[in-house]
Amino acid sequence: MNLRQNLGRYGEERAAGYLVERGYEIIDKNWHSSSGEIDLVARDKNLLVFVEVKTRSGAGFGHPFEAITKEKVSRMRRLAAEWLAAKQVFGLQVRLDAIAVLVSGGRVYIEHLKEVF
Amino acid sequence: MAVAKALSVSLVGLAGTIIEIEAEISSNLPAFILIGLPDAALAEAKDRVRAALQNSGLAMPSRRVTVNLSPASVPKRGSGFDVAIAIAILSASGRVEVPSAASWVHLGELGLDGSIRPISGILPSVLAARQQGFDKVIVPEQNLDEASLVDGVTVIGASSIAEVAAFHGAKVTARSLQPTHGRTPQLESSHEATIDMADIIGQDEAVHALAVAATGGHHLLLVGPPGVGKTMLAERLPTILPQLTAEESLETSAIRSLVTMANLGAVAKLLAVRPFEAPHHSASLSSLIGGGQAFPRPGLISLANHGVLFLDEAPEFQRPILEALRQPLESGEVFINRTAGLARFPARFQLVMAANPCPCGNYFGSARGCTCSVSTRMAYFSKLSGPLLDRVDIRMRLQPGKATDVSLANYGAKQIGRSSHEIRAKVTAGRERSRRRLAGTQWSNNAQVPGSFLREHLRPNRSVTKPLDLALERGLLSMRGYDRCLRLAWSSADLAGRESVLPEDIALAINLRGSDGAML
Repeated sequence: MNLRQNLGRYGEERAAGYLVERGYEIIDKNWHSSSGEIDLVARDKNLLVFVEVKTRSGAGFGHPFEAITKEKVSRMRRLAAEWLAAKQVFGLQVRLDAIAVLVSGGRVYIEHLKEVF
Repeated sequence: MAVAKALSVSLVGLAGTIIEIEAEISSNLPAFILIGLPDAALAEAKDRVRAALQNSGLAMPSRRVTVNLSPASVPKRGSGFDVAIAIAILSASGRVEVPSAASWVHLGELGLDGSIRPISGILPSVLAARQQGFDKVIVPEQNLDEASLVDGVTVIGASSIAEVAAFHGAKVTARSLQPTHGRTPQLESSHEATIDMADIIGQDEAVHALAVAATGGHHLLLVGPPGVGKTMLAERLPTILPQLTAEESLETSAIRSLVTMANLGAVAKLLAVRPFEAPHHSASLSSLIGGGQAFPRPGLISLANHGVLFLDEAPEFQRPILEALRQPLESGEVFINRTAGLARFPARFQLVMAANPCPCGNYFGSARGCTCSVSTRMAYFSKLSGPLLDRVDIRMRLQPGKATDVSLANYGAKQIGRSSHEIRAKVTAGRERSRRRLAGTQWSNNAQVPGSFLREHLRPNRSVTKPLDLALERGLLSMRGYDRCLRLAWSSADLAGRESVLPEDIALAINLRGSDGAML
């Protein structure tokens, strides 16, 4: 596992912790299909939340959110549908979120955007 | 605050509309959406604004930013909205004080490094802002002089977006801006005239004809062989016309501001001398009358507003162009309709046309050198149609100078009363006289007065007009020619400082009028 993947994993863990603190229940992590990966799937009562986590150290390459493009969002939608089909989950509302984890100068900043489209 | 606004101005022709630029920041993935009828250059503002903010220590919010240019139905173009867009975004993201950002009109283009670049059309934009009750304007530093020409407006010149942001209360280090107050500056008469009527050798009649034309605002046609001095004379007409008034200057400067390449900063000062435009005869209709693609642009006739439009080799111009001059000659303005809207441009110019006596140029005197057939000569002048020539009161035939004129000049025999300065003084006094006489009417100079009014109210004594009445009776003069003679006679009297028309004024008028056709 290289440094970059390491940072990504770390960010996802921090994001999961952040959600748990706020009463979400994490029900899946790093779920793969042939078309991609969902970082986190969390549940808040009747709401199923699919989360894309972006981690950056320093803002030299822009804000983490800037890396989430339109294409990425539409892929998330497709993956969410695949996940629901694979897990045979019905009757829940679905939401797409994005979480930015910024590691800078020994401190970690987390931002959470709900309903990203 | 998630929604905030800043102001700017959109120009269609000379007419400006105040544009409210609203910025909204919503918690969503970063995006920059620009709506409200922008053209291509304006749509690119997104990238300029983003880079400029980021390179000025004023980050672009990492959320979805929606910018709306309102009223959305008014077409907008160009890069002049950049500064206002940037300030609206900073205001919406809480970086600057909202009331301050919303109360100033911002004009200017942004560079990627955050510098503010000059734009064209500053003068009409600031005038439009003032007219609509907005008297605080931030403009690019290089446009400051131009913007300060507008009386009663507080203007600030800024050279970077950081300065503007700091002015509105952002915590960023930048030079602090000082407001200046616009004032209509005194027109300096100090323009160094490099040309003067005294440069012309001989041609006394022509010089006098120009003075009459200047007094009455008459349009002219000069016909003469090449080298006789037609261009020299025409170029010197602005030097004997009365000084531009501040209002006239502001109006023409505003038109010229629209077409100035902004980065040259050429309009920085008010026009002090009357414009002189001399298009080549290959000029296109839209360059002369006005055109533009989506947005109306003024043509040379509007750039020559309150000045002189000189058409050298007039019969060589395309016929549609000559015909298109008729309407602006009549109304003093021109309307240009384009997809972005209808624009009205003032075009109150004095027309001077020059023509050779025939296509080869030698049909004068004994016409020995002329190789043109009669039909070629007729075809040449038939380009100048009757309706166009109807509006040209003075038609002069120029003869080549005489050797005695040259030798007199060589001996330093200065012609008395020949300098532009002296002639202008008489012309100005003459114009004042005719204005007084025409007070209470809708006309301000002799050339505008219709024949019916002349014959009814300003008819000279019957003994004075006797030569005219005789000519009319014998069919040597048309009724229209009769009216033109009366107009010219009044201008001649005004120039000479008389309150009534004398027989010599009539004689001069008959001479200046030429024939009713173009061939003299």
